[in-house]
Amino acid sequence: MNWITNYVRPRINSIFSRRETPDNLWTKCTECGTMLFHRELSDNLNVCTDCGHHMAITPRARMEALFDGGIFTEVETPEAIADPLQFKDQKKYPERVKIAQKKTGEKDAMLVVEGDIGRTSIVAAAQDFSFMGGSMGMNVGNAIVAGAQRAVELKRPFVLFSAAGGARMQEGILALMQMPRTTVAVQMLREAGLPYIVVLTHPTTGGVTASYAMLGDIQIAEPNALIAFAGTRVIEQTIGEKLPEGFQRAEYLLDHGMLDRVTKRTEMRAELITIVRMLLGLPPEVMGDLPAPTEAETEKVETPDETAKK
Amino acid sequence: MNNYLDFERPLAEIEGKAEELRALARRSEEMDVEDEASALDKKAAEMLVDLYKELTPWRKCQVARHPERPHCQDYINALFTDYTPLAGDRNFADDHAVMGGLARFNGRPVMVIGHEKGNDTKSRIERNFGMARPEGYRKATRLMEMADKFGLPVVTLVDTPGAYPGKGAEERGQSEAIARATEKCLQIGVPLVSVIIGEGGSGGAVAFATANSVAMLEHSIYSVISPEGCASILWKDAEKMREAAIALRLTAQDLTELGVADRIVNEPLGGAHRDRETAITAVGKEIEAMLVALENLSPKALITDRRQKYLDLGNKGLAA
Repeated sequence: MNWITNYVRPRINSIFSRRETPDNLWTKCTECGTMLFHRELSDNLNVCTDCGHHMAITPRARMEALFDGGIFTEVETPEAIADPLQFKDQKKYPERVKIAQKKTGEKDAMLVVEGDIGRTSIVAAAQDFSFMGGSMGMNVGNAIVAGAQRAVELKRPFVLFSAAGGARMQEGILALMQMPRTTVAVQMLREAGLPYIVVLTHPTTGGVTASYAMLGDIQIAEPNALIAFAGTRVIEQTIGEKLPEGFQRAEYLLDHGMLDRVTKRTEMRAELITIVRMLLGLPPEVMGDLPAPTEAETEKVETPDETAKK
Repeated sequence: MNNYLDFERPLAEIEGKAEELRALARRSEEMDVEDEASALDKKAAEMLVDLYKELTPWRKCQVARHPERPHCQDYINALFTDYTPLAGDRNFADDHAVMGGLARFNGRPVMVIGHEKGNDTKSRIERNFGMARPEGYRKATRLMEMADKFGLPVVTLVDTPGAYPGKGAEERGQSEAIARATEKCLQIGVPLVSVIIGEGGSGGAVAFATANSVAMLEHSIYSVISPEGCASILWKDAEKMREAAIALRLTAQDLTELGVADRIVNEPLGGAHRDRETAITAVGKEIEAMLVALENLSPKALITDRRQKYLDLGNKGLAA
């Protein structure tokens, strides 16, 4: 850890990310209707500054906010067969994937990375609901297995942010089989004695809830996140009655004993650091800046420019 | 046989005619209709062969859901002895959609667990049409754990439209219950063999069918979503279930090609419901074969084998 990674790189990162001016400078809160300035909103992690409503956040933006200095490295995940069932509904499956890839700039619905949070090394994964509803196909399965394997290899905790409608229908039974498959991944972590923390974000439903997203040592949810097995409409149709207010929302699940905590996104990082460090038997996080590097340490570090010059 | 599926209607007509003729002949003794009737029988038999020669995926769904198809209870009654049902999840209730308990299979003690759909209005309601609530999965988890403790092989019989989508089921953690049951399937150091006897409906089936060996009856299905559900989401029209059934690749034949199912158990001509005894015997033979194949594996090897099977399902696909 030194001032280059702590200070210079985040600055460079932020210059680059801020350069892309969004088309729309204002976003309307989907809950209270307040117009929110894009920078203010992203600084607040897409949580409405007025009513506290948690709007969707991309996995990358989440990771940037989570990791020290916004620095993380992607964990490589093997790529599965593109269209295992040659599935065609009104559109061909590969076309749907291409549209999602273009929209999100991601390969599939799960991003796996490694890095430090509060100077604690972890592996983390975040699911992208904007990529085909975050749906779990073989690539999402691959990402979770790769993430768990990497965590075991590095002896690090695994933190997973879930968001999905369920299994990806276009991969049929192979998507369903990611339920036991990702469960094996969770067992790898258990057997290695590593913490597995799930943060359920809006929405997490179906086969995803019924596998890795409900098997965490610690289950945290973001406020008001929909967390369910069956969809609300399906249940209403089945039982023929209206469901109570707040049904299948994070707070409702907390009340029914299905979660450990409901935590605001803006407080999530600090909480994860606290929990992870306790589970690992580490002392509390050192707040504030590390002591200035000694000269000897500074000399050891080469900036990319210097490396290139050689 | 009087419960025909819609695609069997022409067959129903012919069989009906033959039946009518015979009924007529029974009333007036001088009439001899046997020639005509047996001609109709022959035609019906040919038609049955024809109808079942290549069932479309949707027709297979219909056969898999046939109300007279043998259910879990029938298999347990016929294939197991000393069946001792064990009830309850020790938390909340006993779920009648899931039956299970100790039994002997060909003499050896085992734990048998399965979904039961019921076979008349009363029992269907009692069994909740085979749709389990969290208590059902937790009961299964408890029984698997017990089997592990006492070294008993586990046999699961899968036949469910899916886990029950209800208010209480959600409140009591349907998804967690399914996840834990699946996890337990992957943890036990005893042989775990599974037969999909009818419908393998999504997560509700996975919770039981995460096994060392999975056999499927010839006309059973196993799918991530029902064809109707898939059609209403992707086609925005539940009536497109025929297309959805094709696209989903949910037949036993597709699933063996994809490596999800290991074996297919042939059904008698016209489906298991036309000759229940034959179907049940065939399933019994298959269970025996699967158990024997796993007999000499150590607990550790059994767990590794099961996990590897599912880890390998990360890059499969149909041949182009």
